[in-house]
Amino acid sequence: MNRNIRKLAVATVIMLALAIVAACGGSDSAAPEQETGPVTLHVLTFNDYIPEDLAAEFKKKTGNDLEISYITSNEDGIAKITAAAPGTYDIVFLTSPFTQGLIAAGKVEPLDASKIPNLANLYPEASEVAYDPGNAHSIPYSWGTTGICYREDLVGDTVIDSWADLLTPDEALKGKITMLDEDRWLLEPALKLLGFSLNTTDPAELQQAVDLSIAAKATLLGYDAETFYSKLVSGEAVAVQGWDGWCNYGTAEDPRIKFVIPKEGSDLFVDTLVIPKGSTRMEATHQFMNFILETQNGQWVAENILYKVPNKGAMDALDPALLEQFPNMAIPPNLLLQQEALEDLGEGHAAFAEAASKVKAG
Amino acid sequence: MTASKTPTSGAGQPAPEVGFTQRARARLGLLTVVPTLTWWVIFLVLPIGLVLVTAFFKGAPYGEIIYEPGFGNLVRATDPLYLGVLWHSVVIATITTAICLVLGYPAAYFIATRPQARTRTVLLMLVILPFWTNFLIRTYAWIILLNREGVVNGILKRIGLIDEPLSLLYNDAAVVLGLVYGYLPLMILPLYAAIERINPQVLEAAADLGARPLRVLRTVVLPLIIPGVVAGVVFVFVPSLGNIPVPELLGGGRSEMIGNLINRQFLTTRDWPFGSMLVLLLLLILMGLLVLQSLVLRRNRKVRIDD
Repeated sequence: MNRNIRKLAVATVIMLALAIVAACGGSDSAAPEQETGPVTLHVLTFNDYIPEDLAAEFKKKTGNDLEISYITSNEDGIAKITAAAPGTYDIVFLTSPFTQGLIAAGKVEPLDASKIPNLANLYPEASEVAYDPGNAHSIPYSWGTTGICYREDLVGDTVIDSWADLLTPDEALKGKITMLDEDRWLLEPALKLLGFSLNTTDPAELQQAVDLSIAAKATLLGYDAETFYSKLVSGEAVAVQGWDGWCNYGTAEDPRIKFVIPKEGSDLFVDTLVIPKGSTRMEATHQFMNFILETQNGQWVAENILYKVPNKGAMDALDPALLEQFPNMAIPPNLLLQQEALEDLGEGHAAFAEAASKVKAG
Repeated sequence: MTASKTPTSGAGQPAPEVGFTQRARARLGLLTVVPTLTWWVIFLVLPIGLVLVTAFFKGAPYGEIIYEPGFGNLVRATDPLYLGVLWHSVVIATITTAICLVLGYPAAYFIATRPQARTRTVLLMLVILPFWTNFLIRTYAWIILLNREGVVNGILKRIGLIDEPLSLLYNDAAVVLGLVYGYLPLMILPLYAAIERINPQVLEAAADLGARPLRVLRTVVLPLIIPGVVAGVVFVFVPSLGNIPVPELLGGGRSEMIGNLINRQFLTTRDWPFGSMLVLLLLLILMGLLVLQSLVLRRNRKVRIDD
């Protein structure tokens, strides 16, 4: 018995030592790779977010290959590029506040605009973005906002136009409301209704938003950031906080599902592409960025993902019938830009996350 | 392993061939353990070691780990906010376990006392059958059954029992229901194994000696099945306590359990060190539970020997 314990102790110590080595390691830089002939770009993106023939088309255009890996969330993407040796990934898809954080942390290669002539396809507004002014480090892929997605036929006489419709709902809506539970969006209705910034890290403001959000749980059906549009289709929920693009998935099944940006305002998020620091294939990465900004790729996103894209050429090429079926696709760039851009919270991240935890535990 | 530690037969003077075969056999035995041991080290010892180490470092805004050891995460984990989540999880898991025990015992008893072996096999198969389908899918099935526009509400409305749909989902009761449904087989199986092992003649003897059924249950059956009960309790309590999908799907994410909290530290809050500390606390609780289990078993064995 004694000997076994001693053995176990020795084994544990060895494992711990190994663990520390493993945890501290991984800082070796990859051997620089000469960019001669075709190269393979390692791309990290979300599932079902790029055309299936993207790699084939890119190969046809440039002779370069794509190796695509998938991430399930922005946090997943950040974790993957943080954990991997520099140079492992050449292109990463990230949402704007995360992009901003990476840029601030110096983990993103600056872009050479002269190698991306298709930047001209973008709306002028697409470079007036707080997370990366002038697209110096990132290119925008799609953008959108968050609002209230609701069943026009089931909300009765209520005019849905305010975050208060979710937080302090009319009798007819009680128990038939869902909200998003991803930290930044979890507190959004309360912060906006209280007139605070979505990017606040002020403890007093956060506490007020927490109190209001917890009080609102009594009239909530539940939190749902995955299937809220199906709950509208089934009629289980009648008004939900949801992203514009995802609301369209509901509208596609039931045209009585509408989307509105609440009058107190909402957020602006932009999905972007960045080159993580350490990529050695700068020619090919710029070629890829330029390729992504071609009109037909933006058009594919708008038509298949039902997200608005900052690509003017792509939006202009859309069938008017699509805009009619999905009215939020027609929200113009200047209206989008009026929404508050979600920003990286830096050191305030922990306080914000704790506030979100309070709401979830409350 | 050195030769001196190899067990030797006879009184210290083994025949050389015998010693050789035994050593070879011991070596072979060691070899067969290697895959399991490797698996164990890579997928259990190493990750838990990593968690243990990470828990005492600090997280940074972008998910980096600052390698300055300290007890900051431990202090933070004792915040009423997080202890509240832990307590809530313990309550839910305890209720789940109790219900499983109450439902599982009669079921196990019924199956174990079927006279025909084939009947027992078929019934056991039925208990195990749900495991053939993914747990997540079975949990989603409850949503289809219980939601406001779901099957149950539809039937109740059709037969005129209710006018307005009942809110059956997205509350703690739904979470308990989902957990009981998911883990009931884990209670029935060890109980069955324990009950089946009881020699019916012992029960007959007790009856012959004048014990009434309740007394037989209390003084004969119960002590004999305690190991099964304890195993079942642990099997149900442990996965219930750390469950992630059920509170999220059937609870609507309204009241978080410790598993969800930990999940969020890793996936959205990107504070791995704090998440690791919470994992560590959960592991400590579970280890305490296992110690308790072995204490109960040891005491039970002693009582039986003393009797």
